[in-house]
Amino acid sequence: MTAFVNHFAFEFKTGLRNPTQMLMNYLFPLAFYALMGLVMTQINPDFKETLLPAMIIFAVLVSTLLGMPGPLVEAREAGIFRSFKINGVPALSILAIPALTTIFHALIVSALIALTASSLFGGAAPVDWGSFVLVALVTAFACGGLGALIGVIATGSRSTVLWSQLIFLPSMLIGGLMLPVSLLPESIRPASALLPSTHAMQAFLGLAYRQETSIDPLASFLILAVNGILAFGLAIYLFNWDSRNDARRGHSLMALLVVVPYLAGIFFLK
Amino acid sequence: MNETVVTVQDFRKVYGDFVAVDGISFHARRGEIFGLLGPNGAGKTSTLECLEGLRRADGGRLDIMGVDPGRDTRRLQNLIGVQLQTSGLPADMSVAEAMKFFCAYHGVAPRFDLLERLGLGEKLRSTYHELSTGQQRRLALALAVAHQPPIVILDEPTAGLDVASRVELHALMQELRDAGSSILLATHDMAEAEKMTDRVAILLKGRIVATGSPRELTATGAGFTKVSVRSENAALSHDNVSFPAVGKHVLKDAYDIYFSTDPAPTVSAILEYLAAHDDKLIDLRVERPSLEERFLEITAA
Repeated sequence: MTAFVNHFAFEFKTGLRNPTQMLMNYLFPLAFYALMGLVMTQINPDFKETLLPAMIIFAVLVSTLLGMPGPLVEAREAGIFRSFKINGVPALSILAIPALTTIFHALIVSALIALTASSLFGGAAPVDWGSFVLVALVTAFACGGLGALIGVIATGSRSTVLWSQLIFLPSMLIGGLMLPVSLLPESIRPASALLPSTHAMQAFLGLAYRQETSIDPLASFLILAVNGILAFGLAIYLFNWDSRNDARRGHSLMALLVVVPYLAGIFFLK
Repeated sequence: MNETVVTVQDFRKVYGDFVAVDGISFHARRGEIFGLLGPNGAGKTSTLECLEGLRRADGGRLDIMGVDPGRDTRRLQNLIGVQLQTSGLPADMSVAEAMKFFCAYHGVAPRFDLLERLGLGEKLRSTYHELSTGQQRRLALALAVAHQPPIVILDEPTAGLDVASRVELHALMQELRDAGSSILLATHDMAEAEKMTDRVAILLKGRIVATGSPRELTATGAGFTKVSVRSENAALSHDNVSFPAVGKHVLKDAYDIYFSTDPAPTVSAILEYLAAHDDKLIDLRVERPSLEERFLEITAA
């Protein structure tokens, strides 16, 4: 237990004192939130209806997909995991604890957004706060799993950026954050259903705001939960202490199995 | 003292088509420092990494106090302490945090006394990336032995260390040995191996080409032992006499220097000659070939 507490405390502090992680965990999401709150709500007043969930999903995506995988890849490449292994740190802790602390940071930012969006920018408050918190947790869990999986399969900083942006950029464009999925062209909507942000948004709107959605919100909630479990499971299975290790289990393309729950999501499109 | 704690038997390690280690066997006993010597690419690090559980063996048997390093890594981690040749810690981790972090995983209290001893007492708040290379290596060593493992594996431990740190490290190694720990030491530093190890194995292209104590290895080589003699009347120089087993004789700085393949009869004959010629001995030095010379001889062959 002491080992877990020490490890958690170290990773949590790293998320604050490492400039890159501080930027991804707090500065970038909060600055973007302030910008969207000030500008986007003036350009499109309807955006106030989705300001809270959109900015929370954005904060979670930035910290888990853009902030988390890089340090995991760097640690593996720099031989840090080798030091961890010979000193008795389990593989599960190496993946789970950074993911937990990243999720923790994302939830702190989410709480800040949830507490200030209404008063600062007139953002609509959810009808059901309990569901709102649950959806926020499952979104952070699913994206944390994806971040851990990218950190495990990426072979260097360039491929880390590639994998992360493969999810992050489409999420920003067609993931329902800036534009409702219902307004997307029919041909693009199945692609949208492959993104975690789409399902997070649908779950927030359907379960916490009781609004009409383009995908069954409960199905979206379950897809996120299954995605989280699958992503963490695959990350642990494919985890490699050392890129030079010749005893790696499974091929990194196995990570694509994580898409399976989202493929199922296409069938829930209304 | 004679209990075998590390067994390596017919061990093989291959990377694709390249055979890094080709069926080597050796063992290390409790309370001994066992050296693995060899040029770059000889297979030292591959052997150690398999013993550390970082890689899997491709053949043969590895055993550390009854534990197969490739299978039971949890039990292995409490039996061994490892200073890797290339490793690292998170850049933002402070020295004190590192000690607490790893000791917690080993289930022991942090050993700040070790940090003090290795000259890191004033660096407790410094982060890993603020430390010099030598300080990073000393920290790695402190972390390796903090849980008092019965077997310590050191891969090039003194590379990049200054003289004072090197002396402190050697003293620590002696202490660990005296306390009953066994040390597996891979090094390029022949003087270190000669000074510190009880037995060594010389690896070349994945095979062991010589084993034994440094003394045994240096004694069995074809190299000459240097016998330097200085006497009051310099009778040896004047008479230019030859002695048994001497291959070469030179005169340097008032010393007669004989290069002998068998120093015992050479020295006896020199002493008898001086006594017979009523010449008083001022200085006599017998210098065996160093382990480095013997190593070069073996690897060149």
